[in-house]
Amino acid sequence: MSSPVGRPRVVLVTGVSRYLGSRLAGILAADPSIERVIGVDSVAPRREQRPVLGRTEFVRADIRNPLIAKVIASADVDTVVHLNVIATPDGAGGRTAMKEINVIGTMQLLAACQKAPSMRSLVVKSTTAVYGSSPRDPAHFTEELAPRSLPRAGYAKDAVEVEGYVRGFGRRRPDVALTLLRFTNFIGPAIDTPLTRYLSLPVVPTVLGFDPRLQLCHEEDGLEVLRRSVVDGPSGTFNVGGTGVLLLSQALRRLGRPALPVPSPAVSVVARAFRGAGVVDFSPEQMRFLEHGRVADVTRLREAFGWSPRPTAEAFADFVGAARPPLVDPRRAAAAEQRLLHLLTRGRGVSPYPQGVLGA
Amino acid sequence: MPERSAVRRLDNVIPLREDQPPLPVADDRGPEAGWDHRVAAGLAFLRRRITGDYPVDDFGFDPDLTEHVLLPPLRPLYDTWFRVETRGLDNVPDTGGALVVANHSGTVPLDALMTALALLDHHPASRHLRMLGADLVFSLPGVAPLARKGGSTLACNADAERLLDDGELVGVWPEGFKGIGKPFRERYKLQRFGRGGFVSAALRTGAPIIPCSIVGAEETFPMLGNAKTLARLLGLPYLPITPTFPLLGPLGAVPLPSKWIIEFGEPIETADLGGAAAAEDPMLVFNLTDQVRETIQSTLYTLLMQRRSTFF
Repeated sequence: MSSPVGRPRVVLVTGVSRYLGSRLAGILAADPSIERVIGVDSVAPRREQRPVLGRTEFVRADIRNPLIAKVIASADVDTVVHLNVIATPDGAGGRTAMKEINVIGTMQLLAACQKAPSMRSLVVKSTTAVYGSSPRDPAHFTEELAPRSLPRAGYAKDAVEVEGYVRGFGRRRPDVALTLLRFTNFIGPAIDTPLTRYLSLPVVPTVLGFDPRLQLCHEEDGLEVLRRSVVDGPSGTFNVGGTGVLLLSQALRRLGRPALPVPSPAVSVVARAFRGAGVVDFSPEQMRFLEHGRVADVTRLREAFGWSPRPTAEAFADFVGAARPPLVDPRRAAAAEQRLLHLLTRGRGVSPYPQGVLGA
Repeated sequence: MPERSAVRRLDNVIPLREDQPPLPVADDRGPEAGWDHRVAAGLAFLRRRITGDYPVDDFGFDPDLTEHVLLPPLRPLYDTWFRVETRGLDNVPDTGGALVVANHSGTVPLDALMTALALLDHHPASRHLRMLGADLVFSLPGVAPLARKGGSTLACNADAERLLDDGELVGVWPEGFKGIGKPFRERYKLQRFGRGGFVSAALRTGAPIIPCSIVGAEETFPMLGNAKTLARLLGLPYLPITPTFPLLGPLGAVPLPSKWIIEFGEPIETADLGGAAAAEDPMLVFNLTDQVRETIQSTLYTLLMQRRSTFF
């Protein structure tokens, strides 16, 4: 699985005007062993992103355009990090444009990479959404497992197609080390994803009668995996995410957000209302995710990289810390518990914990 | 069992070290102190539930909820309604992975719940039984999350092997819907034992197979007829017609008070049979499957002979 291809010299990062892209380019630019970091995106990085980018050279190019081949050839790019597979149509200008960027963009980029003799390594950000989400899913997806129900729409379907083209590229250029990273849902204080927006709603609609397991990847850990993959990473396909799970209900309680269970026939109506209001974008795939959840096995990542992202619960705690104050503060809950206990036991002072167990 | 259940009821006994049993709480302040502790435990439980401060394992198993909310209402059913008698509990190991294989009957999977309760309340090591369920369980709203929180997961080799590798006690009912949804006239006749997937899981992990025979569940909801058309419309594998359902409406949900016996048979060791290579040998898998099935079938007949009557 592992094929050391030597240190990267010239790295090209697609999707550099997005959060992960700009952060990763900045991290790579801070590594003096890398000669050049080239960032590509169809829109220029926002003003506040520019200091993050460091010495990254920005090229305004659309990966759907053959111009990208010229960039790769003229700069002798040896490592390409493809982050420009986007999860939401907002900002891209609708679902059609999103699919164009994801699928046609990847095809165009891979075509350019295939023609470039300097290419030595390709890192692609994918998603565990390629495993789909269904009641027939095993509790954990390992990298070889095929989905029980193929994703039929949206981001997940794009990702399945992108992975197909990436595998095709791997067959045609066996000399290029290929790292395919299937990320679980990102979480963290700064990143903006459909999930973080969903969890930031004042009242969170859930599917009545379902409580999915969530597996999360902290944004900083995601960046670390990407950095390691570029610098000296083993090649292969890896699930990336924290160990352990949180149930959606549990996550909402930790956040202190009230849940609003919606019967599943009404879910699509509610989802459409949310989409119309532009608050959160729900695709039918994401609705299935909210019913059945998805957990990936991350053993292979730990063994190949010798390192693991922080556990789901820890990553989520970081998000909770940065979110708006919860409705029920855990400290206030603990204080209320003590007061009630005092009241009910008329101050006899009982500890629910036996002596010597917790105190020790 | 009074001692252990007393400890369980106090409940906030969180063992910080796995190897040390939780210390029993000194209860020398009279009856009021016992009440105080119960209030304290209840409040602590509420606080944990409200703030989400409880652990859930990778499969979605929520021991806190299972022990305090899901299982307690089943205890009266176990103790006074079915008067469950357990035999051979010492055949279930105190630690390490093991696969409990049992017969399935009664239209409602009460047999699985009673077996789980028997192992938690009456086994010396108080083991949680991790049950393997059909995919239907995980697609039903309301049922799906409860099944996961109660420790169940999908009956597939990947999940079974992972649980056994983790040293869990896994319960499987290989007859599936064919067993639980069979007509009353076929009671205590074992159906086909799936495709032997449970045997290959045990072989790959080297976990012992413990045959488990359950007598009594057949008579809880005797299935006289099956409303097949309606069942198909609802997407269910069967829709039972019992003496009380749908005739008595909601009262039909009350199981008949049959007398239960759950016998755990001698473990069939699989560790020396050749591991993963043996699991690839279909003949061995079929033979072992048949052996387990025969054991349970003959135990069922013996237990039926020993039971004085269906209800006493």
